[in-house]
Amino acid sequence: MNWLLVIVGAAVGAPARYLTDRSVQARHDTLFPWGTFTVNVIGSFVLGLVTGAVSAGGASGHVQLLLGTGFCGALTTYSTFSYETLRLTEDDAWFLGAVNVVGSVVAGLGAAFTGAALAEAIWP
Amino acid sequence: MVRFWPPIRSKEPVDPDVDLHVPAQRRELRFPQSPVVAVVAVGGAMGACARYGAGLLWPDAPDAFPWTTMTVNAVGCGVIGVFMVIISDVWAAHRLVRPFFGTGVLGGFTTFSTYANDIRRLVEHREARTGLVYMVLTVLVALAAVWIGSALTRRVVEWRQQ
Repeated sequence: MNWLLVIVGAAVGAPARYLTDRSVQARHDTLFPWGTFTVNVIGSFVLGLVTGAVSAGGASGHVQLLLGTGFCGALTTYSTFSYETLRLTEDDAWFLGAVNVVGSVVAGLGAAFTGAALAEAIWP
Repeated sequence: MVRFWPPIRSKEPVDPDVDLHVPAQRRELRFPQSPVVAVVAVGGAMGACARYGAGLLWPDAPDAFPWTTMTVNAVGCGVIGVFMVIISDVWAAHRLVRPFFGTGVLGGFTTFSTYANDIRRLVEHREARTGLVYMVLTVLVALAAVWIGSALTRRVVEWRQQ
């Protein structure tokens, strides 16, 4: 049952990353990897919300596995993030690479804290 | 003389998931989407299961350094460095191989959301210093892994082509 929840969540999360990434790129033709940035920030926010809800008793451990481990885990990615940073530095876009790292970490952390704070407000 | 910095290969896309700057990948917009989405889903589920399994085998304590998450991310970054060189320069693979393995398996295996929330959790457990070390160390280890993976693979490819 636990494995099934992870599988179902990830089977939705990974294509959601692919489709979001693609639609962001289709709208913004820039070198900066906005698509990956977007999914990583959204996923960090949702995981903060889910984790907060579970620890406040507002959601079960099954929700954590389905939405947290499965969906958010597969929606977000570290491999794509680091590979994009490497390619930016190889193309001499060092500044964009640095902005990608610092911006993703700061925005992801902010999103995680915001999600957890929202969970505390909803399930006090 | 050992060259540490590999040459730029513009054949390799910046975004390994999907890069619309690459003509072959722009064609994915015209192809029926369902096969690509399906292999990304299957690969993502496999990668997530491997990550979940690693967490069951080596669980991270809520107030301790998240070694398992960092190792999972580092391994995934090293593998994508190797994989992207092979798929771009060596192996004329079927068009579904990159979405399946790069976007699906590796994307599902590694996770940014757990990384961000690990840091938050450490701060909330009054382990801000551990959180800070984890935050910086993961970035450094992940970037080192992807760089070493691609640089070594390029050297092997060049050596074999000589």
